[in-house]
Amino acid sequence: MTTPAPTPPDFEPLAPYPPVRLAVADLVVERGGRRVLDGVSLTLAPGEALLLTGPNGVGKSTLIRTLFGLVRPEAGRVLIEGEGVEDPDEVAPACHYLGHRDSLKTALSVAENLAFWQAFLGRPGLSVAAALAAVDLDDLADLPAAYLSAGQRRRLAIARLLAVRRPIWLLDEPTAALDRASEARLAGLMRRHLALGGSLLAATHLTLDLPGARALALSHQPAPDADWAEPDAESVVS
Amino acid sequence: MTSYTALFVRELRLAVRVGGGALMGVLFFLIVVSVIPFAFGPDLNLLSRLGPAVLWLGALLSTLLGLDRLYEADRDDGALDLIVGSGRSLELIALVKALAHWTATGLPLVIAAPLFSLFLAMPPATIGSTMLTLLVGTPALTFLGSIGAGLTVSLRRGGLLVPILILPFCIPVLIFGVSASTAVAFDPAGFHTPFYLLCAVSLLAAVTGPVAAAAALRGGLD
Repeated sequence: MTTPAPTPPDFEPLAPYPPVRLAVADLVVERGGRRVLDGVSLTLAPGEALLLTGPNGVGKSTLIRTLFGLVRPEAGRVLIEGEGVEDPDEVAPACHYLGHRDSLKTALSVAENLAFWQAFLGRPGLSVAAALAAVDLDDLADLPAAYLSAGQRRRLAIARLLAVRRPIWLLDEPTAALDRASEARLAGLMRRHLALGGSLLAATHLTLDLPGARALALSHQPAPDADWAEPDAESVVS
Repeated sequence: MTSYTALFVRELRLAVRVGGGALMGVLFFLIVVSVIPFAFGPDLNLLSRLGPAVLWLGALLSTLLGLDRLYEADRDDGALDLIVGSGRSLELIALVKALAHWTATGLPLVIAAPLFSLFLAMPPATIGSTMLTLLVGTPALTFLGSIGAGLTVSLRRGGLLVPILILPFCIPVLIFGVSASTAVAFDPAGFHTPFYLLCAVSLLAAVTGPVAAAAALRGGLD
């Protein structure tokens, strides 16, 4: 319930994020009576990227929604620890959630959509104009969002990650509908986010070009222990 | 601009733009009020006696009309996920959304009521009292309706459920609103009691509505 500070002018380079760490222990999630996640544990430290892979329906989206607090786990906790964290259970305000839906209002213009989220979520990062420029939408700022293509809508949703500063990015298929150039641009934004001490967890089928990214593979096998190894044990990638 | 001001402004913008519900409520209100004289016949005494009741019925139905979209629109485009995860108080968010919804759909009804009351041959004193009771009473309808909207947000096409769920709770508002409005013409001393009760119902709804709507939203998250 804090009042966000007035939008500052463009500041570049941005200040680093306060170091916060996401810790998940023995997460069990059921959806519609079916156990989707069973005993998931992971940690996400500042500057770390975790790429979530696995077949459709294995629970990638469910894991991300659970981390963001949109799904209540049957067991286990999602905690946030670090500097300036008052309540370790208040995870969502430190996280950006980029879901399948782009959270845009078609009746509002591109800039109005972004300006709303910036004012509503608080802790502004880049200005609206700078964030739109970063995703190459600056020339469409006054266009109603109804006229955007799927890829442009996605880029506008990504601009929200830049316009509001939150240290942890939870991205569900962030590259859906994006073209090659936009994918590369997104990877660049991710690298800059990690360089500032942010962290991200992305469910994606693409190999994003991120230095030091770890992969976490979810699988359907119901083997109780082998299913979910500590992410460190499965480190591969990039 | 604080979060809640930003939300209020956004809700108003959405309501008055293409696809918003602001104009729809007033138009529906006009339809209800303008067909009544044709149905009841040109008996001016009858019309003026029933006037406040007709205006109140019209306002009640018009308010119910747009309420199902209160949270559904945000659920459909994913904005509700971000609103819930914003770390802001869900109760205050529910309050702001209900207030914005009333400003966009309820306030126009109050403003249009004197004009529409001319169709019903209402005397000036009754026009004034009806406008006053609508001003005090329609927020209660919106706040009560926001509970229904919160409860049905997780249902697909739960539209008609909202009126069914909240209509019983709207009956006291209707009773006190109409009896205060009509009292002015027939028994001026009888105005205060129902009017104060209407104020009380409105205040009660303003407190319980957002709290219950927030609880409903939390419960319906999955």
